[in-house]
Formats: sequence, structure tokens, C-alpha cells
Amino acid sequence: MSNTTAAQTARRSLGDIDLRAVAPFVALAVLFAFGAMVNPNFVGIDNLLNVVTRSAFIAIIAVGATFVISAGGLDLSVGSMSAFVAGTMILFLNTGLIASDVGMIAAAMLLALAVGALCGLANGLITTLGRIEPFIVTLGTMGIFRALTIYLAEGGSIAIKSQELRAAYRPVYFSNLLGVPIPVIVILVVAVVGAFIFYRTRFGRHVTAVGSNEEVARYSGISVNRVRTLTYVIQGLCVATAVLVYVPRLGAATPTTGLLWELQAITAVVIGGTALRGGVGRIWGTICGALILEMVGNIMVLSDLVSEYLIGAVQGAIIIIAMLIQRSLGRR
Amino acid sequence: MSKAPSPAPAEPAGNILLEATSISKSFGPVEVLRDIGLQLKRGEVHAIIGENGAGKSTLMKILSGHLAPSKGTLRVNGEKITFTGPVDAEERGIVLVHQEILLAPDLTVAQNIYLGRELRKGLVLDERAMAEGAHRAVLDLGADIDPGTVVHRLSIAQRQLVQIARALLVPHQIVIFDEPTASLTPVETKALLKVIDAIKGKDAAILYISHRLPEVKTIADRITVLRDGQLVGTYEAADLEPVDMARLMVGRDVSKLYPDRAEVKAGETVLEIENMSVPGFVRNASFSLKRGEILGFAGLIGAGRTELLEGILGLRPAHGTVRQNGSPVHFRNVNESMKAGIVYLSEDRKGKGLLLAQNLKINLTLAGLDRFVRGLLIDRKREDEALDRAVRDFDIRTRSRDLLAGQLSGGNQQKLLLAKMMLLGPEIVVIDEPTRGIDIGTKEQIYKFINGLAAEGKAVIVISSEMPELIGICDRIIVMRNGEIAGEVTGEHMTEAEIVVLATGATMREAALVAESA
Repeated sequence: MSNTTAAQTARRSLGDIDLRAVAPFVALAVLFAFGAMVNPNFVGIDNLLNVVTRSAFIAIIAVGATFVISAGGLDLSVGSMSAFVAGTMILFLNTGLIASDVGMIAAAMLLALAVGALCGLANGLITTLGRIEPFIVTLGTMGIFRALTIYLAEGGSIAIKSQELRAAYRPVYFSNLLGVPIPVIVILVVAVVGAFIFYRTRFGRHVTAVGSNEEVARYSGISVNRVRTLTYVIQGLCVATAVLVYVPRLGAATPTTGLLWELQAITAVVIGGTALRGGVGRIWGTICGALILEMVGNIMVLSDLVSEYLIGAVQGAIIIIAMLIQRSLGRR
Repeated sequence: MSKAPSPAPAEPAGNILLEATSISKSFGPVEVLRDIGLQLKRGEVHAIIGENGAGKSTLMKILSGHLAPSKGTLRVNGEKITFTGPVDAEERGIVLVHQEILLAPDLTVAQNIYLGRELRKGLVLDERAMAEGAHRAVLDLGADIDPGTVVHRLSIAQRQLVQIARALLVPHQIVIFDEPTASLTPVETKALLKVIDAIKGKDAAILYISHRLPEVKTIADRITVLRDGQLVGTYEAADLEPVDMARLMVGRDVSKLYPDRAEVKAGETVLEIENMSVPGFVRNASFSLKRGEILGFAGLIGAGRTELLEGILGLRPAHGTVRQNGSPVHFRNVNESMKAGIVYLSEDRKGKGLLLAQNLKINLTLAGLDRFVRGLLIDRKREDEALDRAVRDFDIRTRSRDLLAGQLSGGNQQKLLLAKMMLLGPEIVVIDEPTRGIDIGTKEQIYKFINGLAAEGKAVIVISSEMPELIGICDRIIVMRNGEIAGEVTGEHMTEAEIVVLATGATMREAALVAESA
């Protein structure tokens, strides 16, 4: 039996692997063609760079989410964590501890990364040592991070007070390098580093193994808790990196900062072909997923097909459709 | 016993419950069954034997309506039938007892047995009737399991009995058993064979697939042998000895299943265990292991063999003294015992041994990944080379390097798992149920590998529920009973009877009876 049925599934799922990896890029191409049809302005280089720039926060966070989800975890707290990291970063900027603007910003950036990593570490340790479902843990920390932000902001928003600092920090979001906006470069760097870690290092292999089958990983001598925890730390670092690009855009953290980002990040990951049950991760697919989400919004604004108030509904529908497509591609 | 067995004579039509004529089955271009004919008589136990890949399971799936044949006809009670699905086959009284345990672990025995066909009183579930029915059903199988027990608390053997009870609840005239004893101990097997006799007594017919040839000899009236998707023949069981069956299955002489053990040069002691306890499973176990020897662990399922070794290796909480090469060690997790040169191949290949959804390479290098890392990078080229070597050295038969581990046959999965652990260059190898669910040709190979490991000077521990296997390959055998080491047998004392005495606490005479039938 085994040989023959194996032959069957072999042929079928070998096809699947390719299809599933390619599907998000095909979807992006189709969407691109559709956008070009409904509004010629869509294909303008400025509009496209704008779309990619606007996708930066979600794309960067979603790279981290790819690690967490591939290892069989889930992080619902990324949106609140973004607000919290942004809030603490701005509060630090407002202390004026360091005279030089550049020095101040650099220190604040390091602080943001540290806070992000610590938030992720907390999620990871509670999940692994406490042996609690990540869904519950991060649902809890989602509330905690959000409330802490509102508390720090005393119910309002936290803004960078010093105009000089604002001016010095602004270029990180608004300027460009050889015509490429900085956020786009950040996406690329995060994705390249993420892909390198995921596909080429031992840790990346361990992430796949843990998400694939925790017991097999344990019996193979892999420290499952350590790997899981580290994926949450990576998620925290990605959130912080997104915040580094986000803060100069508005110069403030508000109670709505990062609202529903967790939904969008998970959507991007799933559209990109990463399996929600773990074991299969696709970094570039995730980037593609984030672009698809942003592009849909952009096309809706540029066309009169659907009210742009329905963007959330359309994005919500996309994640369901993406799952249906994945399911039909992977049917056994 | 090597006289050529003659095919059984044809049967008058009235007695034939099921007849398959010229059945072929292709998956795409691959033909897995060709021109198979089979007659199933009322009141017989008809065994189907063949190596993995011979097409046994495909044939069973066709007969039970899970698959449609590409060619050929099926007749039930003389009437030509095309099954629309397994439910259709069940309605005609053909039930299949699956090899895998397909029960909902969080539901009780009664809830599982009646799953999908719950008894009701009006709108409300009739819990009492179901509990009583379930209890009767398991009692009929010679087991006394409380129907209110949650299934995940049951042993594998008990779960299997529940599964059989569930299948037999349907009015049936043909019962198909797909390797029902693969995870049962001799005592449990004996109980199951009794059950099968009882079903047969009720004028039903039984199709019985098994790898265990002595058991087939005991239970079957007729035996059909398949090889490479083709019919070798149908024979009267009385005419076939296990050795003949093996020869017909493999197509060559396999009377020598176990390799010759070289005279053991008692090497130095590599591992000493004193007063090892694994809470809930094992109490005060002590033993030692020498370089170059193969030490067997026998016992009933649940005797604590796996738990003892897992405890020693840091896979579960345990306390006691462990000395490796004379110095005390304590392994807090399996990573530490691996680094110390001890590897463990789990009995649960699919659940704990291999990542079924990942490719061969990822599986091969997973435990020994350190050896393939240069700087930060995994050296993929060296991984590919390692896979080439593993495929060659361990004779892993695969059409493509890109297959997933789950697509290999059981035997090849075991070879891959061996290759994976040998990459670590261990000094002590612990193999739990090395040949479970593996066909005879591959078994022979696995035994050779194990023998080779010992010959290289490694110390080997084999845990097995198959006594002939332990007797065939081990230098000595430790027998466990109820979480304690009941004794040790060596040399001429390594007999099934002596092992059963130690494993069950039975008297020698009872034990001889059990051993005979196993």
C-alpha cells in the first residue's frame, strides 16, 4: 500500500508546493493588472511607491508574524505593542536627556528595539513556561499594552514636543535614497534578514521543525521552548522596527495607533502561503501579502467600485478567500 | 516444509459471500493492483499477506468501498455491486477495522462506540442504553473497560479493542481487519484471535491482514498472497508454514531472518543504571550495558520499558543514578543525552521520530544540524551529500529526493530515522520497536543494521513487543513487569516461555500455552 499511495500523494503535493508558493505572486500580478484597468494613474511609479511605502508597517510586522506562526504560535498583541513601543519611545524623546538630536533619536531607537524585544520576550515566556495557548496569552497582553499606552498618554495622545527633533526624525519616513523611499528600503532589509534567518540558519530550520511537529523536534534534541520564545522576540523586534518608521510619520502615538494591525499582519502572512497550523513559512509570500492588502485599499480609493469605508470588509474577505484557495490547492 | 503448496480448489457458489474478479487499480500511470481474484467463503478467516507495497491495503480499500477499482467486478452474495462509498459497503454488511486508531480522544468509550449513531429517547441521548451497549460490546471482545472512561486514558491495545467494538456494532457479514495486532502484545493478541474466532462462528467471513506470519498460521483458514500488486495464489492455511508464506511474499528464501551474532567479546561497561524511578511508570530499575552488546527489553505494553529509557535519557522526569563510562551523569533533556552520545529512536515514528510533512533532507539532518552549520549558514551542499550517503548506506528506497517523509513506506521511514540518529555518531543506540509495521524483507535489513552497530562497538538497546525478534537479535533480555524489572534471560534461557513467565508472572505451563499461540 504505502509505496503506491505514496506515489499518488507525492505527485499531487509536489505540484501543490509549487502552486502554493506561487499563488500569492500570481494574485498580486492579477491585482496589478486589474488596478491598471480601472485607473491608469494606478500604475504610475509615484502611486506604486506610495502603495509600497504605506504597506511598510504591516509588511515589517508580518515578517515577525511569519516566524511566530511558522513555529505554531500566534501573536495578537502586535498592534497594541506598536502603540506601546511608540509611546515609550516618544516619552523618551521628550525627556531631552541627550543634547544632540541625532544622538537622542539613535538612543530612542535602541530603546524602542529593547522595549519591543522585551514585550516579545514576555509573550514568549508566558506562552512557553506557563504552557498557555498563545491565543490567550497575546489576547491578554494585547489589552495590557493598549491600556498601558492610554495610561501613559493620560487618555490622549503622546506627541514629540521638540520641533527640532521632529524635523530631524521626519526624513526616516519621508525621504528617499536614490529615489527609493526609506520605508521601502526598510521593508527590503527586514525581509532579506528575515529570509536569511528563516531559510539559511539552524534557528530557521528549528522554527519549521517545531511548527511541524513539536514532539519530533523535542525528540531530535531541539529546545522547543527556546525556539518558540525567540520567535516572539523576533516579532517584538519587528514591531519595534515598524515603530521606528511609524513615529516620524505622525510624530505621535495615539489610542488608535496600531489598531487592527494584528488582523492585517496575520492576513498578510496567511495570504502569503504560510500555514496557520505551523511548519511552513514563506517570508517573501508574506511581503507579497502585505502588498496585496495595501494595493486593494489603493485600488478602492482610485476607483468607484466599492466605498472605501468598506476597506476593512474587503481585507477581511481576502483572508477568507485566501484560506479557501489554499485549502483547494492542498486538498488531499 | 518446502513442498510446493497447491492452490485451493474452487468452491460451490452458494457459500461465497464476496467474490472479486480481475480487479485492477491504477493511480495515474501507476498500476498498483493487477488482475486480482479473490473468493471469500462464509465462516472462514481469510488472510491476505504480502510485503508493504504489495497492494494489500489498496485491495482492502476496494473491497470496503473506500476506493473504486479501475477494472474488474465485485459480487456480494452473487449480486454484482459497485460501491458508492464505505457507507454503502457497510450497509451491505462489510465493515473495515482500520489499522490506525480513529477515535475521538476526548470522548468516552461509549461516546466513541456510538459516535454518529447515538441512541436517543425522544430528543435526549439515551446515555444509559449506550453505556450498557458499549460495555456489552467490549465484554464480547473479552475486555472489561469502563464505558465511561475517556479514550485518551486507555492504552493503545484498549483503544484498538474499542475501535473493533465500534466496527462490530454494525450488522456485519464480512469483517476486514487491517493489521489489528500490530501494536498488541502476545497476550492481547491471543485475546483478539479469540474474538475473531467468535465472529467467524457467527457465520460471518473475516479478511485478515497481518505481517505476523505465525499468527496468520494460527488464525487463518485460507491465505492469499500478493506480491507487487499481483496475485501469487490462494492456499489452504494447513499447507503453509510461516517460512513458506515469507518465501511466497518475498519471492525468495527468507528462512534466515536474523543475522548471526558474532561471539560477544564482553566490552567495558558503558552505561550503569541504579534505582531509576519514573514517577507513575517505573520503580527502582537497575541494569548495565556493555560496549558491543545488544540488550533487549521485553514486557507487556504498559510495563514501563519505554518510560524507563525515556526517563534515563531526559525525555521525562525521573530520578536515580546514571553512570556513563564510570562517571555519574544526569540528563535534564534529550539534547544533553544526545551530546553524551546516546540516541533514542522512538516507537512512535510518525509522532515523535519524523516530520512527516517535511522532505527527507530536513528530517535527516534535524538532530545533527550542528554538523552542517558553517558560520551562520546551513551548508546545503553537505546536507545533500549526507542524504546521498544515507540513501546508499541505509538503502532508503525513494523515487525522488523531494518526497516528504510521510510519503515513504514504514520500513523506509525507519531507515531514514536510523540514518538521522546515526549522523550523531552515537556510542549508545536505543531503538524502540524497531520493526513495528515493517514488512519482512525490510525487517531483515533492519536487523542487519542493528547487528552492524553492535559489531562496530556501539552498545545497543532494543525495546520490542515481538519476542522472536528479541530472541533472534539480542545477547540478553531484560523483562519488565508492572514498572519493575522482573528478571533477565540470557543464552538458552532466551525462550518465549521464559520471557512470558517473567512478563506476566504466569506459571511456566500457562506461559507455554500463550507463547505457542503467539
